[in-house]
Amino acid sequence: MFDFAKVTNWIDALLLSFLPGWAATLVECVLVALAIITLYAVFAIILIYMERKICAFFQCRLGPNRVGKWGSIQVLADVLKMLTKEIIDMKNVDRLLHKMAPFLVIVASMLTFACLPWNKGAEVLDFNIGIFFFLAAGSIGVVGILLAGWSSNNKYALIGAMRSGAQIISYEVSIGLVMLTMIVLTGTMSFSEICQQQADLGWNIFRGHVPAVLAFIIYLIAGNAECNRGPFDMPEAESELTAGYHVEYSGMHFGFYYLAEYLNLFICAGIASTIFLGGWAPFHVPGLDGFNHVMDYIPGAVWMVGKTFFVVFLLMWIRWTFPRLRIDQLLALEWKYLMPMSLVLLVLMAICVSLGLTL
Amino acid sequence: MNSESIVFIVLAVLIALFSVLSVTTKRIIRAATYLLFVLFGTAGLYFLMGYTFLGAVQIMVYAGGIVVLYIFAIMLTGKTPDAKQHSLSLAKKGAALVAALVGAGLLMFVIISHQFVSQSLSAEVTNEAAAPIGEIGSSLLSAGEGGNLLPFEAVSVLLLACIIGGLIIARKR
Repeated sequence: MFDFAKVTNWIDALLLSFLPGWAATLVECVLVALAIITLYAVFAIILIYMERKICAFFQCRLGPNRVGKWGSIQVLADVLKMLTKEIIDMKNVDRLLHKMAPFLVIVASMLTFACLPWNKGAEVLDFNIGIFFFLAAGSIGVVGILLAGWSSNNKYALIGAMRSGAQIISYEVSIGLVMLTMIVLTGTMSFSEICQQQADLGWNIFRGHVPAVLAFIIYLIAGNAECNRGPFDMPEAESELTAGYHVEYSGMHFGFYYLAEYLNLFICAGIASTIFLGGWAPFHVPGLDGFNHVMDYIPGAVWMVGKTFFVVFLLMWIRWTFPRLRIDQLLALEWKYLMPMSLVLLVLMAICVSLGLTL
Repeated sequence: MNSESIVFIVLAVLIALFSVLSVTTKRIIRAATYLLFVLFGTAGLYFLMGYTFLGAVQIMVYAGGIVVLYIFAIMLTGKTPDAKQHSLSLAKKGAALVAALVGAGLLMFVIISHQFVSQSLSAEVTNEAAAPIGEIGSSLLSAGEGGNLLPFEAVSVLLLACIIGGLIIARKR
């Protein structure tokens, strides 16, 4: 596999040749931040187009088809529209918190986005506690949602925020337990090591067989709920709550919530592909050396993005197939079914690993 | 002055600023938000020192857990978003001032009497302080030398008691 660290080391050496150490670090930080923000925006555009097209096909419609060939630049036009819209100042709201809440949500989303491993040697935030940091950074977003609901001074927004907060906090429990299950299998929390291990030994979903497949299914359900999407979009619930916590937001402030929603979907899928489907690790069949050799020629970033979009497609499939749950059913699903199941899975995986039953 | 001290000064100023704001603001939900930024700043200090586990715990437990709990409590109990606190009496202000001064004095005494300042100025800053996660885990669950099994189990019993208490308060009669 191509090691992206060669490129970053080359840039580092180039900058250090004419800059002092701190300035080189600063320039690298700015470059990485620019790359992340660009990727963030590009993926948001691709995801919104994909969602509209897939939604249309599931509902036997055509979807956007007027702007550009197959409606391909429809989303760009929407972005321009969103950027030029007026941000309406309202009376009787807590201005400071109202303006700050979208930024908290987008910062949390970008922090978790930066945790994704793109290629061998192309991780932005890579600690020895990577998965734990990912969960911690993801938990900031719920503060932004709660503050948005509170500061809007609107009962629909408040109810939406309460529902969203309760939902995200509840489903975080299962996500944490499922990730713990996979950490038991890998024995490490660092994203780069998890990917390297899967490149050497095979994808985790094959290595962990039964418990890993069950964990993958629970992760997809809980991840969908964590993104406030799919059959779990109670916080928005257009028919009862108008739009939930972001009902009072306009212009780009609403745009931030919209962006964060789609990118959280992408991040959720990206983490699923990292810890279950191998991240940038190519698909290998033991024994077929020619096949494995061909697979190695496909760059890691293509594998990573491809797997992520596959999981995104699964999540969109779920979203446009199932009807919405009631809020009490939603919380009962988590606390009475998913959480006990993930606890059992954790024990099952621990037994499998300690008895050496993993592949 | 290296880049680490610049980052430290920025974080320290932010922590001090938001601490003051969080006690002087009149709106309780803003106080909770400023507290959130203070906790982020503290987590930033841990990351600066290379204690990534401690920093992530700080964000996870305090920012993602405690502050969310505060905001939930305020949302469930507050009357209107702009309910303001009434102004404090002179006696309370005096008591607060005395408590703050005594606290600051005690802290200064500890810092100066243990020579933390001179030690930290002479110590070399290393980012390699991060303990591997396996080491943290085994010291948390070992009963031997330097193990923390007893406090760990005591905390889990405390949390269990909290859960049972919450269930008893919330149960339907």
